[in-house]
Order: sequence, then structure tokens, then C-alpha cells
Amino acid sequence: MKRYIYINDDETSQDLYCANRLSNRKYTLMNFLPKNLWEQFSRFMNQYFLLIACLQLWSLITPVNPASTWGPLIFIFAVSATKEAWDDYNRYLSDKKANEKEVWVVKQGIKKLIQSQDIRVGNIVWLRENDEVPCDLVLIGTSDPQGVCYVETAALDGETDLKTRLIPAACMGMDFELLHKIKGVIECPGPDKDIRRFDGNLRLLPPFIDNDVCPLTIKNTILQSCYLRNTEWACGVAVYTGNETKLGMTRGIPEPKLTAVDAMIDKLTGAIFVFQIVVVIVLGTAGNVWKDTEARKQWYVLYPQEFPWYELLVIPLRFELLCSIMIPISIKVSLDLVKSLYAKFIDWDYEMIDPETDTPSHATNTAISEDLAQVEYILTDKTGTLTENRMIFRRCCIGGIFYGNETGDALKDVGLLNAITSGSPDVIRFLTVMAVCNTVIPAKSKAGAILYKAQSQDEEALVHAAAQLHMVLVNKNASILEIKFNGSVLQYEILETLEFTSDRKRMSVVVKDCHSGNISLLSKGADEAILPYAHAGQQTRTFVEAVEQYSQLGLRTLCLAWREVEEDEYQEWSLMFKEASSTLIDREWRIAEVCQRLEHDLKVLGVTAIEDRLQDGVPETIETLRKAGINFWMLTGDKQNTAIQIALSCNFISPEPKGQLLSIDGKTEDEVCRSLERVLLTMRITTSEPKDVAFVVDGWALEIALKHYRKAFTELAILSRTAICCRVTPSQKAQLVELLKSCDYRTLAIGDGGNDVRMIQKADIGVGISGREGLQAARAADYSIGKFRFLKRLILVHGRYSYNRTAFLSQYSFYKSLLICFIQIL
Amino acid sequence: MEVEGGNTSANDAVARKISIQSRRAKVFYQFTQQNLPACKPVLTPSWIVTTFLLMGVIFIPIGLVTLRTSHSVIEIVERYDTECIPEKFRGNKVSYIKDSTILKNCSLYLKVPKHMKAPIYIYYQLDNYYQNHRRYVKSRNDQQLLHGLKSNDTSSCQPEDSSNGLPSVPCGLIAWSLFNDTFKFIRESSELVVNRKNIAWKSDRNHKFGKQVYPFNFQNGTFIGGGSLDPSVPLSDQEDLIVWMRTAALPSFRKMYGRIEEDLDADDVIAVHLMNNYNTYSFGGKKKLVLSTSSWLGGKNDFLGVAYVFVGSSSIIISLVFMLLHVKNPRPYGETAYLSWNR
Repeated sequence: MKRYIYINDDETSQDLYCANRLSNRKYTLMNFLPKNLWEQFSRFMNQYFLLIACLQLWSLITPVNPASTWGPLIFIFAVSATKEAWDDYNRYLSDKKANEKEVWVVKQGIKKLIQSQDIRVGNIVWLRENDEVPCDLVLIGTSDPQGVCYVETAALDGETDLKTRLIPAACMGMDFELLHKIKGVIECPGPDKDIRRFDGNLRLLPPFIDNDVCPLTIKNTILQSCYLRNTEWACGVAVYTGNETKLGMTRGIPEPKLTAVDAMIDKLTGAIFVFQIVVVIVLGTAGNVWKDTEARKQWYVLYPQEFPWYELLVIPLRFELLCSIMIPISIKVSLDLVKSLYAKFIDWDYEMIDPETDTPSHATNTAISEDLAQVEYILTDKTGTLTENRMIFRRCCIGGIFYGNETGDALKDVGLLNAITSGSPDVIRFLTVMAVCNTVIPAKSKAGAILYKAQSQDEEALVHAAAQLHMVLVNKNASILEIKFNGSVLQYEILETLEFTSDRKRMSVVVKDCHSGNISLLSKGADEAILPYAHAGQQTRTFVEAVEQYSQLGLRTLCLAWREVEEDEYQEWSLMFKEASSTLIDREWRIAEVCQRLEHDLKVLGVTAIEDRLQDGVPETIETLRKAGINFWMLTGDKQNTAIQIALSCNFISPEPKGQLLSIDGKTEDEVCRSLERVLLTMRITTSEPKDVAFVVDGWALEIALKHYRKAFTELAILSRTAICCRVTPSQKAQLVELLKSCDYRTLAIGDGGNDVRMIQKADIGVGISGREGLQAARAADYSIGKFRFLKRLILVHGRYSYNRTAFLSQYSFYKSLLICFIQIL
Repeated sequence: MEVEGGNTSANDAVARKISIQSRRAKVFYQFTQQNLPACKPVLTPSWIVTTFLLMGVIFIPIGLVTLRTSHSVIEIVERYDTECIPEKFRGNKVSYIKDSTILKNCSLYLKVPKHMKAPIYIYYQLDNYYQNHRRYVKSRNDQQLLHGLKSNDTSSCQPEDSSNGLPSVPCGLIAWSLFNDTFKFIRESSELVVNRKNIAWKSDRNHKFGKQVYPFNFQNGTFIGGGSLDPSVPLSDQEDLIVWMRTAALPSFRKMYGRIEEDLDADDVIAVHLMNNYNTYSFGGKKKLVLSTSSWLGGKNDFLGVAYVFVGSSSIIISLVFMLLHVKNPRPYGETAYLSWNR
């Protein structure tokens, strides 16, 4: 459903969309009691207890005082209702605070201060520096002459770096006064929860400039809960308000996870209920028969001659009441209490505090601690989880010459330093690409030092390395980029940024040298995304070798390339690009296609190698957990060689004589099928041998295997204790979790970045590492820990304790109730 | 000196305070880190064998002592419900017992097997009599028993709450079905004195049954259940009623009738003259007369002793079996090869 938003139109769109009134509340004062009771009674256990309690009100059949059931029942209801009410009250308070915040909004052409909850779709909202954004806005003006503003999106995605947001081209250079009167239509899709996408169009109405359609992307929006930083003011049109904002849509209660013990308890409860019914029927019938044959003769009981119609039911119902305690009423509440204590124990554990950042571990989901002890498969991310995710530029290969091989640090390599001072064009171009081809934002600190804010750790490492090699990225001002090299200042105008996507696996920028006016394309990306597009005359063998050599060492590699672009070619392409970026359907794919048209005939400059060190204690942790019978799968977006290197160095797989690594590859269905069968055969043979067999699969083959040979792959998954999946996308990670879950395995997924979120949410237990890639994973996870090595303690200590305790408590609850009940039955 | 002394004592106090605080902090720390000292017995074979052996050694003597005590109690049990019906009525016992015109006296002769020391307790025993029946148990009114007619809600006494439009005191099925056989004991033509006081619980007499409450309108209905009460004696002194109103939990029960406070010698013959009034014939119940001495464990009951001896001897047998098993295939402690997943 598309939206057409009329900017600054006070009449038409008033009531079409909801006001900007946030409401996270589940209840209101009026409906709290009925709604809460309804919710509680939708649980089978509670219905059962209510029925029992009601039966007890009938004094003819009740064996005990009704208070003995009503008391606990009311207590349990009161406890959960109070908890709900308290949570809801807190939500109400925070909503109220947000709703009553005052913001500047243009109404009837005049800027007014109104409460945030009165913002309507189409209103123009004005923000000052450090203001929180009250609803989703499309930017139309900022204090910056280039139309840039900076926002902090920590509340939205957990990333703490600043992000740039641009005003759309149509509003560029618009006057401060004019912005009050602006009229136009924004065409955008209905509310959704994708915080990385916004595909819209803006058309300004006459008299404003032209009526050309101007595409809008997520770059042109500032979303609710972000903060405006480093920008004096900004203003935008409200497009989504209230609970329809991107943040509002993402909110929502994730499906509750059920532990193995809970499922068992439910089953047992059912079984006991059936047993209870049997007991009631048998004893009830026996009672009725005895009454008819024996009790009539007992004159001292004085049975009346006439019976009411329900007479036959009386004795069975009495037995039902006597047996009702067979199902323990307290088990849910006591388990909840105990489980929240387990969670507290995890929070309190001093041995799981990250010494570097002082972050303690945290159990977000308090209900599933005992499942930690039941984990059979651990699916782990590599970067940031096994490794530190602190990227350091170590080596490079420029034009066939290797730097940094002797010292292990290219920044100290004399040859490279000499090449820079002597002004070797290849090397300088290489450094330029390092410094320019990125989305890093340099920010000056108060002391005058330059801080780089980057979304990607690799980019940050490259820019830092370039800076140390005298190619300093000094300033990025809208599209003008300043670089200081050996005392001279170079200026580039960034014409287009061809962004990185996980499908393209490369990013490029089109820049214009402000001095010479030459346009060039600078690219960096994974080897297989760059080397095939090298221009025909270039020998890429040395680079392939370099990539090979570096990934053998466990380093992450990136290939850098460039090419000159003719003015005409650029103009022509630019039009296509513009068109592609204003499509509403399949925009990403269209853009990728258009980018492809420019990214060819590249001149490959060299290869960079970035080191990502293993975290402390990773090998030991993996070894201990494997000894505990837990199987490990590594799912990474990195390339095969790097993944295998890391896997070897952290005990994931054993080296040759002891272990065997089988790889599934192939580009076509047939190839994959054949290699899959071969691996499966070897796997079946070697299961009896004491040999560690692991398989490696890359994203492409995995895609085919999951699609066409699911059965074979599932069997493989069951047979192998270790697997490495490289080049996998976030959704493939989630698919693998799903696959293992479908085989009835308990899975634990651990990761640190946004790409692991889906896997973490899918798995029975999600563990997030509160690492450097932001807090996204940690937020989505059930447990967040500071370092991978804490997983050992989390599973082997907390998991085991919790499991033992829960098992004891629930067994004891059932034992106790059955015991009391059997006394009564006998 | 004094100043110094004062100082040190103050320091001591501070130190103590700190140490208490730190101890508390330490305990809290240990709690949060799940380090609190704990001990859990490990059930090793030697432990188990010793425990079972010890149990046997302790239980068997206790059982023997209990059995011996129980055997020292002398008990005479005489069933009289059939014998006390004249031959010609044997075919239709119910109509005999319901016929109020016949005088239902009857005589029994009991031979004392051994010397019985005073006090000798007299009980009547009823079998197959369900005093625990729900309808029966609930049919009473404790307030009325204590306060008499002042408490006028007698709905709980149904179906025996009133007769002829007036409430009955005591009301309810229990009181209505009061046991009314009487016994007289004669030894060598002289009557034995039977003490019929203090046979009910003291608390019942003093607190549950009113001293000012007299039977009223009792057994006045069309259908007469059991015995009637003397309307001039307050309920707190009607000890037969009080005993009867403490309902028995099982269908076979004894209730105290009185006490003989002189010794009976071996081979004495005691003639019992009884009035066989109570109807147990319609439901096939048995009536028995019991004379019994007592020991420190109460009356004659072999169950406890037998149970002790049984449990004790089975423990010893189990411990021997375990010991043999352990000697035959010893198994090292904490051997992981035996774990289910290593087998």
C-alpha cells in the first residue's frame, strides 16, 4: 500500500494516518482486568485450576475449604498481574515522556512549539543539534550548505558511529524561509520495519523549482529515536508517525522460546491429567456401585429415597477435587522465580565480566537458562566472535611487490616507505584508493587530532594505515574530500558512491580530481568480485597468489583497483544510475546491475591484508566444549582459506594426520551433487574411525545443496561433528539453524554483528557478543557476553547448575503433589 | 594509659564492625558467585553398605522390644452379635432387633487366660461400621454441642436436625445413632465395679461439650436410631456420647466403655450381662466386647514390632548383597568408562 504525503498540507492528510502518539502499552486502565484475566486464562493450567476452584464452591462435593484453592490461585494471578501492571505502567510513563516532548513544527506557515504527540504526517518538523528525532522524517533542509547532517543511530541499530544523511537533490540549496512554505508530494511505501530501506519519491509542486521526480533512499531520512549530531539544525517532513515508524514496527514481542524442560513438563502435565481422569472414573464408578449396594443398608447414614439428577456425578466430582492437587499449581510460579534467580546469577558472575570494557554478562531472556546445558550444536560466527574484530593493516602487495612479509608489518616496511617517498605512481594510487574509497567520516576532536568514524572495521583499518603512510584523509565535506599527502592538499569530488552490498561484495566511488578534472572509478572488494573484472591485458596471477598466501596466514584480504572514466561515459552512466536509484521495485538489484556496467576493465592495484587476531582462550574453550560432546559449526562471510586457517588455529578442526577436511564445492547442480555424495560416502566410512572429519562448504554450494539436496545435506549435518560454512549470507545462517533444529537438535548460535541477528533469533539459544560491531546482536540475543571464552562458563557452569536445579524443582513438585494425592486416593 | 586503652577498645569495636560487614559482604559475594560452602554425600558402595547395616542393627532390637511389649498385653475379645440372638430369631435378626417389645438381655462367659493387672479397659468393637461416611461425619453441629439451643442454625445436622418442628439437642446423625448396648460384669456372683468416668478426652469434656447444655427433644422422631440420653445430665457429663461423637477413621473401630479397677486372676470366669440393643444386623456389622490391659505402647498391636523387624532384616540382607556385589566386581570410584555415553 503506497502512501502519498502532501507536504505541509494542513487539511487533506490530517486524518488519513495516525498521529504521532506512541503507545507501547498493552492495557488501559479500563481493560486491564478483563484483558489480563483473559490472557492468563488462555493458558490450559489456569483454566484447569479455575474449574477446580469453581467446583469447590459447591459445598455438596467439596472435601476441603474452597480457600485452599482460591487462595493460591488468586495469589498466583495477583503476582503475574502485578508484574504485568508494573511493566505496563513503566511503559506508559516512558511513552508519556516521549509524547509530551515539545518540538518545533510548521503549522499554517508558522513555526510553532507543539507536543510530539500532535505531529501529523506531512508536517515539517524542525530539529536542533542533539535533539531526538520524534518520528520518521524525510530530510528537506539542514544548516549545512551541502545539505548533509549527521545522526547517531545507536537506539535504532546499536551502532555508535555517526551516519551521514543527505537532503534530496530537489531540496538542495533551498532557502531557510522557503522551507516553511514548501509544497510537494512524497510517494513512499506503507510502513514497514526495514530500517535499512526506504524507497520513495519526492515531487515538489509548483511554484517550487521543477516537477521532476527525485528519488529518496534511506540516506534521505532520519528515523525516530536517532539523535541529530554535529549539525546546527535540520528539518524534515514527517512520513511515518506514532507506532507506524520504522522503530515502532520493529518493536514487538518476539516469539517466546520454550525450553526442553518446559515441553517435558507440559507433556507430563497432560499425562498426569489423563491419569487423573482415569482414577476419577474408576474410583467414581466404584463409589457409585458401593453406594448402591452397601450404603443403602446402613441405616445410620439415612440415605434419602429420592435423588436429584446429578446424583451419579457427585462421587466422581468429589474424587476429581481430591485428585486435583495431582497437578502442582505452584510449579509455574516457582519455576519462574527460580529461573529469574539463575539469570541474576549470570548477571552477577564476576568471572564473566569483560576485563577490557567492564561489561558484565547479561541474561535478557530469563526463561531458558536450563537449555544451556542441553546444547548439542553451537553455530558460531567468526569475525568478532572467535576473533577480536580489531583490524590491523599488516601486509600488502602492490603491483606484484610484497610488502611486510619480513617484518610482518607493512607500515614499517622500508621498501614501502621508500616507494612512497620516491613517489612511485602505483603505490600512490594504491594509497589514494585506501584513503578515498570508503564511507569513513573524519571528525576533528577538540585537541585537533582526526578521529575516523567508520561503519566497517576494515575501512577504518585501511584509512588509519593510509594516514600512517602519509596519505591522510583530513576532511569530508559533503561531496568534497580533502587528502593531505606529504604536505600538499589534494581535493576530490565524490560524484557517486556505489555502495557495498553482501551480494556485490565490493564498493566503488566515482571521483573527480578537483585539480585536473579527471574522473576515475576507485574500487575495493573481495578478490572474486574484483579480479574477474580486471582489464584484459593485466596479469592477475600475482594477485591471486598474494590472496592465497595471505589467507593461508589467516589474514583478511581486499583487492584495490581503479580505472579512468571518460566524461561522456560517466554522464551516460550517471543517468542510468539515477533512474535505477529512483525505482521503487527491486531497487537494490537494479542498482547492482547498473553498477556492474561501470565496474569493468579495472586496473588492479594490489591486495591489502588485514589481521584480525583470535580472542583469548578461544582454542581452549572450543576444545573443552567439544569434549563435552558439543558439535561446532562455523558460519562466516569470510573466504574459505581464511576460515580454514582460523579454524585450524582455534582447534576447530585438527590438522592433517588426525583430521580430515572434506570440501563440498561446485558451481552447478551436478557438481555440487557429486561432491556432496562423495563427502557423504567418506563420512559414513569414517564414522567408526577415531578421526575428526569436517566438511567445508561455501555459500554458493550451500545454496544449491539446501535447495535441491536437502535430505543428503541433512544426513551430512547429522554425521559430521564439525562444519565450516564460508561466504554465507545472514539468511543462510538462519537456514542452517533451522535445518539443525528440524533434526531435533538443541542449537546455540553465537555472534556479534548485525549479520548474525537472524541466526541468533532463530536458534534455541542466541548468544550475542557485545563487541565492536555494535550492540545489535547482543540486543537480539538471549544472553550477551563480553568474550567468546565466557561461553564455556555459561554452558558448563550456569547451564549445568540451572538444568540440575530446574530438574530437581520440577521433579520434586510433581513428586510432592502425587504423594499427597496418592495418600488421598488410598 | 587509660586514653590508650579507650582508644584500643574503640578500635576493636570498629574492627569488629568492619569484620562483620566484610563477613556479610563476603557471604553475599559467595552467594552471588555460587561459592557458598556446601556438602553433598557421595553414595559410594562402602557408605551404602554401612548405612544399611547400621539401619538393620538399630531397627531389629527396637522391633524385638516392641513385639515383646505388645505380647505382654492381655486381651480378651468376644464377639456377641450372633450369640445374643435367641435361636428362634436367628432367621430374621433385623426384625428381632427392631422389635422394641422384646427385652434383649443376654449373657456371656469370659475366661481370663492370664493374670490381668488393673486397670483393665473395656471396649466395644464394631466392624463394618462406616463412621467415616461423608454424610455421617458432617452431620453434627459443634456450636450446638457447646451452646445448646442458643445456636439455632442446625442445617449442618440434616437429615436429623429436628423432630416435630423443634430442634433436637444434640442434633445430627452421629448423636442420633448413639451406641446403646450396656454391659455388666460379674465375677463369682459379685459384680465388678466398672468405672465409667473419664473415658472421654478431657478437652472434649471441658471445651467441646457444654456444661449447661441438656439433651432436648432427642430421639423423639418417628424413626429411632440408637440410644437415648438422660435429659437431666448435661452433655459434658454424657461421656458415652462424647466418646461416640469422636468418629472413627476406619470401618473397624473400638470405643472405650469403661475401666475395671481391680486385678483379674488367671482362670477367673466373668459373666457379662449385656443388653443387645444396637442394630448392626441390617448391614452385616459385627459387635465385639474387648477387655484389655495396657503397656507403655498402648494396647496389643504387633504391627509396629513386625514392621521394625522386617525393615531391619531387609536392610541387613540388602547390605550383605551389596557387599558381595562390591567384593565380586569392585568398581573404581569416578570411573568415566562406565558412563552411559562411554559404554
